[in-house]
Amino acid sequence: MILVEALGWLVDPANWQGPDGLLVRLGEHLWFTVRVVLIAAVIAVPLGLWVGHSGRGGVTLVGAANAMRALPTLGLVTFLFLLSPSTPVLVTIAGLVVLAVPPILAGAYAGVQSVDGRVTDAAIGMGMTGWQRLWQAEVPGSLPLLVGGVRNAALQVVATVTVAAYVGVGGLGEPLLVGLAINEYPQVAAVALVTAVLAVAVDTVLAVVQRLVVPNGLRLAASAAGAT
Amino acid sequence: MIEFRAVTKCFDGGTVAVDELDLVAQDGEITVFVGPSGCGKTTSLRMVNRMIDPSSGVVAVDGQDVASRPAAELRRGIGYVIQQAGLFPHRSVLDNVATVPRLTGSTRRAARRRAAELLETVGLDPALADRYPAQLSGGQQQRVGVARALAADPPILLMDEPFSAVDPVVRDGLQDELLRLQDELDKTILFVTHDIDEAIRLGDAVAVLRVGGILAQYDPPQRLLAEPADDFVAEFVGKDRGYRGLSFVDSDALPVHDLPLVRLGDQPPCDGWLLAVDAGGRPRGWLEPDSGGGAVTEERLRAGGSLHRSGSPMRGALDAALSSPSGLGVVVDDGGAVVGAVVAEEVLAALRERRPGAA
Ligand SMILES: Nc1ncnc2c1ncn2[C@@H]1O[C@H](COP(=O)(O)OP(=O)(O)O)[C@@H](O)[C@H]1O
Ligand SMILES: [Mg+2]
Repeated sequence: MILVEALGWLVDPANWQGPDGLLVRLGEHLWFTVRVVLIAAVIAVPLGLWVGHSGRGGVTLVGAANAMRALPTLGLVTFLFLLSPSTPVLVTIAGLVVLAVPPILAGAYAGVQSVDGRVTDAAIGMGMTGWQRLWQAEVPGSLPLLVGGVRNAALQVVATVTVAAYVGVGGLGEPLLVGLAINEYPQVAAVALVTAVLAVAVDTVLAVVQRLVVPNGLRLAASAAGAT
Repeated sequence: MIEFRAVTKCFDGGTVAVDELDLVAQDGEITVFVGPSGCGKTTSLRMVNRMIDPSSGVVAVDGQDVASRPAAELRRGIGYVIQQAGLFPHRSVLDNVATVPRLTGSTRRAARRRAAELLETVGLDPALADRYPAQLSGGQQQRVGVARALAADPPILLMDEPFSAVDPVVRDGLQDELLRLQDELDKTILFVTHDIDEAIRLGDAVAVLRVGGILAQYDPPQRLLAEPADDFVAEFVGKDRGYRGLSFVDSDALPVHDLPLVRLGDQPPCDGWLLAVDAGGRPRGWLEPDSGGGAVTEERLRAGGSLHRSGSPMRGALDAALSSPSGLGVVVDDGGAVVGAVVAEEVLAALRERRPGAA
């Protein structure tokens, strides 16, 4: 049966080695993911925090994020590739960034919104400037949801980097497409399995990061709120 | 000194929250704003530290219009305490209290040292310093909130229903603590509450507001109780105001009688009501008349009434007499030892004496 054959394919070292072996593809896949999530975070975190902080533009932001979510990544990458066929890597990253921005944006924005109004009120009342309030009250308070947004984005990106193969720039999509083309279904199943395991691994790493960056006091507050 | 000069606040949408408020809060006093929900208490308070700007009129601190000062700098010189404290959940208790000194440029070390002092000032166990707000009770959080507001030693304190969310017993403790602190620190405090009892207990002066932001009466609490300006104030001040007014009548003229006492473990010396006391002379309970001989033990006693501390207001004296099973109100000294007894009839007589026209 196919699962056994897929496992057979996976344990064959020959499939992992070489210039288009699974290891290389895995590396490309991960490298795309890292770049995409970082770029998306650089764009979306400040924007989300700022909109949440200033309280202005929230409706526009949510609308824009939803519009971006509606764009199919494969279609977008293909379209961008047709516009600029000489830069397939850039095009892939751009298309995936569009995918990764909305969850991070939503996380950062919702994170700031989730900060207790009494806390911001106290921060203003004790004489914090806007920046001080942002850094000392809103950013720390937003971290659980913000990092949650990044985790979300990373999961989606890992699952979608396969589109890179359509424009010939590698990743786990490459052996997937090849397998489909030659009707080598065990290979397809094996690569899909590797992608899923990678997704779980990335999410686990980010879960650890989340534990490390979310301040202890907030975790205690969340569990206290949950208990009542 | 905080002055409101013809201050009006009209919000977008047309709600007049404060209407032509004229009022002076004196230095070193607790001035309370009290009134039903929505009467503009919070709005008035927040115009002092510029969290809200008046539509017209002037709010001045020490004669200077607050609008002429940069908001953040102004606020750092004014302590601000709100309901449920609004502590930073991600900061330890100590770092919460150290926040304002840090904002005004103290080093972390100096700010923390100051914060540790303040925890003691507000009666918090130093062992709580490293806890997070979520690990504290409501009352403890509120104390941290007060400590945080005091950390930069501001001359003015704004308190917006700071004790409303804690249960009554804890609230009593917090009120006592605030009065004790105020004795020591002599701040100019604006205190908002919807609870008239709290207003009367804490206020040197009480401003009663009605919905629409209209000042109904501004007077010391005893005056408010004795001479409400109109039906609204009379209604708001409530049914027990006659009794509450006794909080402001001293009991110096009240006769204190000798009281038949018996030490726990001794034989009752006579047959009437006897007050049992411990070795330190502190009251333990009453022995009923004709309850027979034999050593007096705790089990044979009836619980006593409230105690009247010598020198405290008449309200306590009357309550001690009314709540005592023997009708004799027990008077104690500051150490809690029995001094003597008061009776209700003489409280009423003493009040009669004080009335204008009394012989
Ligand atoms: N930001 C605001 N915008 C519009 N109306 C407000 C705002 N803040 C308060 N109000 C209104 O002003 C009135 C007084 O409010 P507030 O000062 O909070 O009352 P209190 O503290 O006495 O309960 C209320 O009718 C309230 O609805
Ligand atoms: Mg209010």
